[in-house]
Amino acid sequence: MTKLGETPSQTVGPYFSMRLAGEGQNILTTRDDRIVIEGTVVDGADNHIEDAFLEIWQAGPSGRYNHPDDRRDLELEPSFTGFGRTATDFETGRYRFETLKPGLVPDPEGAFQAPHVSLIVQGRGMLNPVFTRIYFSDEAEANADDLVLRSTPEARRQTLIAELQEGSNPPVYRFDIRMQGEDETVFFDF
Amino acid sequence: MTEPIIRHYGPKAYSDHPPFSYPDYKSTVLRGPQQDLLTIVQTLSETTGPGPVWTEVSEEDADLTTNAGKGGTAIGERIIVTGRVLDENGNGIPGVLLEIWQANACGRYVHWRETAFPAPLDPNFIGVGQCVSGEGGEYRFLTIKPGPYPWGNHPNAWRPAHIHFSLLGPSLGSRLVTQMYFEDDQLFSYDPIFNSAPEQARDRMIAHYDHDVTEENWALGWRWDIVLRGDMATPFEEGE
Repeated sequence: MTKLGETPSQTVGPYFSMRLAGEGQNILTTRDDRIVIEGTVVDGADNHIEDAFLEIWQAGPSGRYNHPDDRRDLELEPSFTGFGRTATDFETGRYRFETLKPGLVPDPEGAFQAPHVSLIVQGRGMLNPVFTRIYFSDEAEANADDLVLRSTPEARRQTLIAELQEGSNPPVYRFDIRMQGEDETVFFDF
Repeated sequence: MTEPIIRHYGPKAYSDHPPFSYPDYKSTVLRGPQQDLLTIVQTLSETTGPGPVWTEVSEEDADLTTNAGKGGTAIGERIIVTGRVLDENGNGIPGVLLEIWQANACGRYVHWRETAFPAPLDPNFIGVGQCVSGEGGEYRFLTIKPGPYPWGNHPNAWRPAHIHFSLLGPSLGSRLVTQMYFEDDQLFSYDPIFNSAPEQARDRMIAHYDHDVTEENWALGWRWDIVLRGDMATPFEEGE
């Protein structure tokens, strides 16, 4: 049987925020135990990208995804979708998410992956989405065992780890995204 | 039921999509990644996605001719845009959130960014809409035909008329943002964004006029199906 070809991707262009990055969509929770993930998106000339579009997808604190395929008998807070999105700031290229720290998600080898948030980056001047993951610097032990981090060349692993900012409350994790250059963020094919 | 369902998606068909860097579209040069993508195993993180839980819409959201909410009707050529969301096996995908945004009939977007293009805004048109695909993957919008508009990529650059589509499907891997074009647009050959898609795949972005969709004394009909990356499940039962 002939497979249908996928509809090609096209850029979100400069006007996506009309629809896709509505106010408050970067705030996934207002709970007291929330965390902040923030950073800057920069291009290959080290300039901030003023119109990047970021989406995150993650499990809740129990490690369960709010998705019909995840039928595990784990706590699931119905109001926490695990999905958020935002545009970078036009003046600074910065972004910010307020969310809950995800729990452990199983890997195909029967072990657990380190806590992580999936991230999709799009923007004007980007013809395809790129996929990466945000890990957490205060999860060193879990990170060392993580399937995806282990398969990432050691020299580039740091680009996937958000740095906990000392003394921040709620905890702030800094995660910059570099589209090109020496410290280009690792982007995935799966 | 305690075990999660882990679906397996076939390899992403990169030959169906534009390259990351396409110099004719200048902004891609510093923004597309240059290192090879790192292949990772598919886990629950990749085979799930926000589509199923991110579906709050109301009927009015699919009618862009009135959803500005000012009581009036948008000016322009009223059109119906309809079709199905399919996987690569041709199966309809239900429950997909489709979000669209577009310029008005004069080629102007409702957006705070400055534009040098002196086209009027329409107080009865905000240019955004959404709907969720039905049981067979079908979707339908009522809107007005967007106008072409100039942009700064190169001298005398004009975008062909298009509607931006965002689709949140069942998994992270099926995420798609694309643009729908109208058949026989004279601007296709001048547009590097349209032409960034591989030649054999470009016609998949083009809606076709369909007189069966057209409604008498009301609106012209356009049909466009959208194909998302699907999982490896075969469409045939055992022994078929």
